[in-house]
Amino acid sequence: MSITVRSPRTEPAVPSGPVPPEEPVGPSGGDAPMRQGRSERRRRSPQRRRRARRDALLFGALIAPNLIAIIVFSYYPALYNIGLSFFDWDFVAPSPEWVGLANYTDLFTDAGFGQVIVNTLIFTGVSVVGSLVLGLLLGSLLATKVPLTGFAQTMAFAPHMLPGAAVGILWLFMFDPNYGLSRWVFSLFGAASPAWTTTSDWSLWAITIAYTWQRLGFVTVICYTAILDLPKDLYEAAALDGAHGWKLFRHLTLPLLSPITFFLSITGIISAAQAFDIISIMTSGGPGVSSSTLSWMVYEEAFQKFDIGTASAAATVLLVVLLIITYVQVRYGDKKVNYDS
Amino acid sequence: MSAQTLDPDTLENPSAAAPPNRGRDRGPRRPHWATGLMIAGVLATIAVFLIPLYWLFSSAMKPHQDIYTWPLQWIPRELTLGNFVEAWGSAPFDRFFLNSIITTGVGTVLEISLAILCAYAFVFVDFPFKKAVFVLIVGSLMLPGHVTLIVNYITVANLGWLNSYQGIILPGIASAFAMFLLFQSMRTIDKDILQAAEIDGAGHLRRMLTIVVPLSSPMILTATLIVMVGKWNEYVWPLIVTSTADMRTLPIGLLFLRSQEGYSNWGVIMAGAVFVSLPMLILFFLAQKRIIGGLAAGAMK
Repeated sequence: MSITVRSPRTEPAVPSGPVPPEEPVGPSGGDAPMRQGRSERRRRSPQRRRRARRDALLFGALIAPNLIAIIVFSYYPALYNIGLSFFDWDFVAPSPEWVGLANYTDLFTDAGFGQVIVNTLIFTGVSVVGSLVLGLLLGSLLATKVPLTGFAQTMAFAPHMLPGAAVGILWLFMFDPNYGLSRWVFSLFGAASPAWTTTSDWSLWAITIAYTWQRLGFVTVICYTAILDLPKDLYEAAALDGAHGWKLFRHLTLPLLSPITFFLSITGIISAAQAFDIISIMTSGGPGVSSSTLSWMVYEEAFQKFDIGTASAAATVLLVVLLIITYVQVRYGDKKVNYDS
Repeated sequence: MSAQTLDPDTLENPSAAAPPNRGRDRGPRRPHWATGLMIAGVLATIAVFLIPLYWLFSSAMKPHQDIYTWPLQWIPRELTLGNFVEAWGSAPFDRFFLNSIITTGVGTVLEISLAILCAYAFVFVDFPFKKAVFVLIVGSLMLPGHVTLIVNYITVANLGWLNSYQGIILPGIASAFAMFLLFQSMRTIDKDILQAAEIDGAGHLRRMLTIVVPLSSPMILTATLIVMVGKWNEYVWPLIVTSTADMRTLPIGLLFLRSQEGYSNWGVIMAGAVFVSLPMLILFFLAQKRIIGGLAAGAMK
């Protein structure tokens, strides 16, 4: 085996004399018509091969730093994390202890975890759908020729530039039942403001609203930019046919925007499922687990309770759910998305 | 919501059926009341985004007692910088600033450099498994950060990098999004120019630095801004990897300021939030077209 592999490689290096043409050398000893092509190729191939090899080396060198960083800090940790989910560990013990599926069975029999999953679904669903629906409406409003749209566009995008920590602080203050804007809004209806971040009935909604606010500006501006990019002649033709207003929006704008809404919903789900800074600042997942999401739980289990097994298992659940959602969306969305324009 | 005004007005309005005017406006002319409604919608949009920001800045500048009043003071009676002074004094914000600038600056330069090299290779260098490598790199965008958190912490701890700049910076330098943006932009460069340069004897490095980088500099600048914003706002990684005040970045400093001041000193906490936010807001107002354009380009491919 090793000989047959080595022989074609060493062959050209040996400056041997005339090789008997009947003797097939290497695996590619072809027939007559092939041989003619080969002889022609033989003249160019060393150059071309050298060039190809040089290009491949260069390609490798240019890609390597980024690829290595991605493998070391993304793929390897993601896989290793799955492995850790079968162990019990506290960062300190010399060796993790194998527990099989115990971390998962513990998770799925724990009522708190059910609550965390429901919270994650509500938080992600409301923020993604809410920012998408409102963002489409606001985006199409800002794409019309009305005064102040430029300023509105700037203001809408500003929250996306703020650190989540600052957004969390800001909304924490606005939700303050005594001195926040929340008290003012509720007083308009003659009601008292709930204690948003400190009661379990409201805490999830507090972080969801704050996060949706931050996301909404981004979605609005992307929709606005996309609408301005749509082919104008289609609109002129549709207007000549007597379509306008809602009809135009429903039958022209929405289908033409489908690649954007598709993109915004996928990235929205991925980033909402990872939202952390707003939760950390506003509620720390509490009271109890009332505003805890999977991403908060991963942090809490790993870096506050030092229960690496449970944290890794929760992170693996997060990974699997996101991969399934992405797969389903790409698979199913591709048929519905209108890519030609 | 406000934008619903778009729909019924033009639909039910008889003049909407009129042929489109030849002016710049596309579509039928709107009646005045519809325009009024739309302006109201735009104003409502502005209010939704502006009022919280206004509240952030005005609270940071109100004297302590004016924050705790009812009815709320929409227009501060008196403006003061006292909260900023107090916030700056109650936490080492100078150090937080320095740390944020170092980690953001170095991290951004490294990430953009990797992205340029990588995008250049994908566009201008031949390689048999290009597509597979491309999918591998861009596919990393699908991996949520929280899945890599624990193992990256272990890796950095094993390297002895906990509570250090390299520990904060290096796990974040891999580039998929910026690489993708630059790839899209470099693809539009005319290959004839590069071939001419190659005939003139310019190697890949020369071609990259003297032709490709200048030609794609608008997108490089855009990608740099987007990456910079992301790193400045980064929260969870610096939180777990730093353990002492002198290594904290601004967002983490804000968390500790909050837990220190509790709910009792909102003006000071808001002042801290302004410290954290202001650099990015200024950057945005200077370069909003580039930032929005780049993100929109990423979204629309």
